[in-house]
Amino acid sequence: MTATILRRLAQSVPTLFIVVTLSFFLVRLAPGGPFDLERPLPAAAMENLRRVYGLDQPLLVQYGRYLAALARGDLGPSFSVRDLSVAELFARGLPVSMTLGGLALLLALGLGTALGALSALRRGSWLDHAVTTLGTFALTVPGFVVAPLLQIAFGLTLRWLPVGGWDGGSPRHLVLPVVTLALPQVAVIARLARAGLAEVFERPHWRTLRGLGLPPRILALHALRGAALPVVSYLGPAAAGLLTGSVVVETVFGLPGVGRYFVDGAINRDYTLVLGTVVLIAVFVLVLNLVADLACALIDPRLRDPG
Amino acid sequence: MTLLSLRGLAVRYPEAGVTALAGLDLDLARGETLALVGESGSGKSQVALATLGLLPPQARVSGSVRFDGAELTGLPRPTLDRIRGARIGLVFQEPMTALDPLFPVGRQIALPLRAHRSASRRQALDRARELMGLVGIRDAASRLSAYPHELSGGERQRVMIAMALACEPDLLIADEPTTALDVTVQAQILALLADLKRRLGLALLFITHDLRLVRRIAERTAVLHAGRLVEVGPTERLFRDPRAPETRDLVAAEPAGRKGPVPGTAPVVLAARGVTVAYPGPRRGWRPGPPRLAVDGIDLTLRAGQTLGVVGESGSGKSSLGRALLRLEPAAHGLVRFEDRDLTRLDRAALRPLRRGFQPVFQDPMGSLSPRLTAGEIVAEGLRVHEPHLTAASRDARAAEAFREVRLDPAWRHRFPHAFSGGQRQRIAIARALALRPRLVVLDEPTSALDRTVQRDIVALLRELQAAHGLAYVFISHDLAVVRALADTVLVLRHGREVERGPTDRVLESPREAYTRALVAAADLDPGLAQA
Repeated sequence: MTATILRRLAQSVPTLFIVVTLSFFLVRLAPGGPFDLERPLPAAAMENLRRVYGLDQPLLVQYGRYLAALARGDLGPSFSVRDLSVAELFARGLPVSMTLGGLALLLALGLGTALGALSALRRGSWLDHAVTTLGTFALTVPGFVVAPLLQIAFGLTLRWLPVGGWDGGSPRHLVLPVVTLALPQVAVIARLARAGLAEVFERPHWRTLRGLGLPPRILALHALRGAALPVVSYLGPAAAGLLTGSVVVETVFGLPGVGRYFVDGAINRDYTLVLGTVVLIAVFVLVLNLVADLACALIDPRLRDPG
Repeated sequence: MTLLSLRGLAVRYPEAGVTALAGLDLDLARGETLALVGESGSGKSQVALATLGLLPPQARVSGSVRFDGAELTGLPRPTLDRIRGARIGLVFQEPMTALDPLFPVGRQIALPLRAHRSASRRQALDRARELMGLVGIRDAASRLSAYPHELSGGERQRVMIAMALACEPDLLIADEPTTALDVTVQAQILALLADLKRRLGLALLFITHDLRLVRRIAERTAVLHAGRLVEVGPTERLFRDPRAPETRDLVAAEPAGRKGPVPGTAPVVLAARGVTVAYPGPRRGWRPGPPRLAVDGIDLTLRAGQTLGVVGESGSGKSSLGRALLRLEPAAHGLVRFEDRDLTRLDRAALRPLRRGFQPVFQDPMGSLSPRLTAGEIVAEGLRVHEPHLTAASRDARAAEAFREVRLDPAWRHRFPHAFSGGQRQRIAIARALALRPRLVVLDEPTSALDRTVQRDIVALLRELQAAHGLAYVFISHDLAVVRALADTVLVLRHGREVERGPTDRVLESPREAYTRALVAAADLDPGLAQA
């Protein structure tokens, strides 16, 4: 197991390197620079700024310096937010985004599995059709439509919940953003859980278990564990979906998370902030994929490394 | 005293318009063994499933199933659950898939004890270990925590039996319990079932398509055909004096006849020296482990019109050898000559024009035919590559000709594979090979997925085609009865090595090696069919 983890971690270094390299050069291909304003700065001031941030060096030198700093864990200073490093920005925003994403993931897993199980048990019933139809809606209607609708319904009309803001992460402020973020993932997980269970019910071993006259509680354990694999494998992609979703959700609900840095950084040509966000997301997705694979091996002995 | 009594048991699938069982009357006494025999589609498995209420929801059941005086049909599930797994044990065919792959086998054997005897986890596992000993699993204490995929097919079947016996049932229903197993393992499982039955006083309902097994285990036999009971009686009487035509057909279904000799002057079609197939071994930490030899240094020579029977149990390397001879196995080494060409050093492009000379036929006729092409297109497809100058019309004519050769109606070539039966699909696969007019055909278990009566016809067809075209066959099979009817020479493989080789009659009648003797004994060949 340990050897597997180490091997997988070693394998993710080249992936990360490729992601960083591509992003580094892509973001510089975009026209303009971090210090371009409506009214251009005096040439001397511009020159000064470029020198301070190392932008006067040849591109390859900048690239080499960025990689060297990154290897030390230094994401560099932000170009657009004065006096703060990218790492400091993340330190402020990450708790917000992690709370949001973590809760959304839990909600999606719980609700998605429950809905999927209900549809699988009542295949072809109105409930099954309802879950499928609503799931399609949840998947196809984008977050920037769902969020305002929820704000109008629960914030402005019913006045049950606030329409935005963080307020130190109070539960009332979390409900709407978490629901918005989780909805598409609930739909995917419900679909995966339903398919996984339906597959278990078709397997010969399911007939064996039923033939043993086991109580529903034990049957449920066997069914859910059999259906867990596709759901758990989806954790990596789900994490990526939550991250991109958080860009919209944090903007619409005005939350101080890291998702909006991605957009702000890109618009302001804040090279280090954009690259820092890319590194953050890439590490996050890589780690979650690894966790998902390890969890799969825990569930299914056939996936365990023989070594 | 009657333990299980079926009256007018019928199973219908109204949506599919299928009647799987059409009113079955059958009685099984306490302690008795009754065999239920029939070919695929005869409805024999439906009996087991209907008895225990395990049919799919689309099925409509009527009639009566009485077990120990109580009616089982229409019982609510909790009541039924007190009987199945406790008083009626069930053993299914697929030992690969009939156990939950995600749980250790000890815990699975313990399941019925926990459910029906409210045993504690500790007690249940202790009893599971005892049961594993009872069904002859060696080293039960350490196998308790093994997962199904870590066991052999025979061991998995023993686990299934242990699970079915856990609560000391009165009745054991075994649905094709030995079908997917090697013959030597098959013999062991049959002996185990007979022994357990005697010791525990079980009644046994033994469901099988293989009449030869019935003789060894059942006192009475019931023959099922197309959902109806056609004959029931003492097993010996059924064999001696079968009354229903369907029973006679089953009894006489063993492939009969022999193949004529081939002159030693016939040209050599295939010559192989030191054929070896080596797969990389399991990884050891960071490094790959030592290679595993699936085939280890096999030599062979095959002349036109000759058949080499390659026999061995699963994992013996016979299929790897077949693929190596066809140059379809990337991990193969050694010299392979086809007619006057050395195939060893040729790459894919250089091999392609030669491939029409040596064609494969595989076991699974469904898996090896594309479901999206018509049967005629499948048969003619190779001609597009090997005779590109042919027009579509003449390709179609060749396909029709190949259909006639394998005794299929050429008008059927516009149908898709799913519209054919298993035996017909295998004829299509043979026609596909023949359409290219090969000199060598490598047949890998071509009759294993087929019913005995269908098998007999395919064997006869293969012999006819060989005589007509002077084909050389490499015939890979675990089934000695089929090999006896087809092969000039038999090569016995075990762990990739040659165990014994010689003329078919000599090897099967007076085997020299202990392993061959075990295979022959387990196959239980009918000596009466030797001269036909």
